[in-house]
Amino acid sequence: MSAPLLQSLFPNIDDWAELGHACIDTLLMLGGSLALTVLIGLPLGVLLYLTGKGQLREMPKLYAALSLVVNILRSIPFIILMIVLMPLTYVLVGTKLGIRGAIPPLVIGAAPFFARLVETALREVQRGVIEASQAMGASTWQIVRHVLLPEARGGLIAGTTVTAIALVGYTAMGGAIGAGGLGDLAYRYGYLSYKSDYMFVTVVLLIVLVQLLQMVGDRVVARFAGNRQ
Amino acid sequence: MIRFVDVHKSYRVDGKDIPALQPFSLDIADGEVFGIIGHSGAGKSTLIRLINLLERPSGGSILIDGTEMTALGDAALRAQRRRIGMIFQHFNLLSSQTVADNIAFPLRLAGETDAGKIKTRVDELLRRVGLEAHASKYPAQLSGGQKQRVGIARALANRPSILLCDEATSALDPQTTASVLELLAEINRELKLTIVLITHEMDVVRRVCDRVAVLDAGRIVEHGAVADVFLHPRHPTTRRFVNEALPEEAAGELAPYTHVPGRILRLSFRGEATWTPALGRVARDTGVDFNILAGRIDRIKDLPYGQLTLAMQGSGVDQALVALRAAGIEIEELNR
Repeated sequence: MSAPLLQSLFPNIDDWAELGHACIDTLLMLGGSLALTVLIGLPLGVLLYLTGKGQLREMPKLYAALSLVVNILRSIPFIILMIVLMPLTYVLVGTKLGIRGAIPPLVIGAAPFFARLVETALREVQRGVIEASQAMGASTWQIVRHVLLPEARGGLIAGTTVTAIALVGYTAMGGAIGAGGLGDLAYRYGYLSYKSDYMFVTVVLLIVLVQLLQMVGDRVVARFAGNRQ
Repeated sequence: MIRFVDVHKSYRVDGKDIPALQPFSLDIADGEVFGIIGHSGAGKSTLIRLINLLERPSGGSILIDGTEMTALGDAALRAQRRRIGMIFQHFNLLSSQTVADNIAFPLRLAGETDAGKIKTRVDELLRRVGLEAHASKYPAQLSGGQKQRVGIARALANRPSILLCDEATSALDPQTTASVLELLAEINRELKLTIVLITHEMDVVRRVCDRVAVLDAGRIVEHGAVADVFLHPRHPTTRRFVNEALPEEAAGELAPYTHVPGRILRLSFRGEATWTPALGRVARDTGVDFNILAGRIDRIKDLPYGQLTLAMQGSGVDQALVALRAAGIEIEELNR
């Protein structure tokens, strides 16, 4: 596509480099927050699973407490969570704005969600396989590391995909209150300045991004699940 | 030696204790194949899991080679468990790992990191269970019998002294069951391993076990050498199991023969007595007539046995019975 053609199709977009930057910002926020979400959500999900009723390390009180916190964080709409967390964000990363300012609320919003998905995936692992490992003298840690996580990896990867897609939505919302990225462009130019071609291009880019994530996720799941039927 | 002393187990459900196993004491000797038979819900799964403490007893003492299992701490218990292999009805293999990795799993759990040593041991085990060609397949690509063979190889990896079999053949077809039982018998012979198996099929007990305990509603109602229990069942539950294994022997009960003239006798032959022509000889010598009503010749593990139900007539019947008993044949009289 030549520059004049783009010019005529999207007359209001005068700075394509800005759009490119916004794309990169969105990807950075997504990558950073997804990595941290998995890092925090995975152990949290394992803990939820282990302390649950009838599980290896049943602890009803701890489970109830964790479950409550997870539910509270999941019930607050992300845009409100982001505002509520601003003081904490400032303490954690020294700013409330930009990519860095967006990551703490993104992670705090997504990690409990991911933890629930992890818990559900682990519950799908056959009880008998866990029992067999116990009979072989495996410790709880060995069971988590060598049985639960590998056996549940299809579900864990699918959960990561779902979380990544949810995070794309969160980053776009974050744009509205100063996080930058595609959401920020759509909001400032597309909504506040009535430049609908900006809105159109960002929406298309977001759709492409989500499609790509789902495709990659499905491929990886299929690869690992191939030998399990 | 596995020794249960006054062991009992109950589950707490909604604040109430539901008994699963009534207090029992039992010794299982080194190197024997011990069967526990019972209907589902009789408590046999619980009983076998007490041995490696997958289930903790509510009271009593479980000793393995003198070690009190219930007193062990976590680490010591894990070490003991590595000396007790276990196989399962539904195999319980890791679906995400190859056959070789499944077999290597207990070695790795026990802290073995030397890849060469692991490979040597895995190859050895694959040969023992006849799966050399399937090392890099995944469980989903195997048949039920092959999966159970992987289970057996995995259970043997750490050279245990005890093998627990939890309904190991219940999910298999009769032919596969026979080959898996044969493998278990071979392992028992060659490795001098103690095998404890639970089942609801008397045929499994008859083929591989030395001794058997019959479990009924959480209580051991009968136990002893398989041949004794099998040929002379006392408890009604045991009779039902035996009759399932010998359908025509349901005829051992008198009912169908009330119109048959003569004395109705059940003769049990064991071992060498099975092959001697005692019955014909005694009939000739004493002049009795006999009519065979039902019969079967088979094996209990390696012991040949025969059981005949017959009607005997003539003046010399008492004399004949004495002569038959002298020939080592056990006789029960069914209509006296």
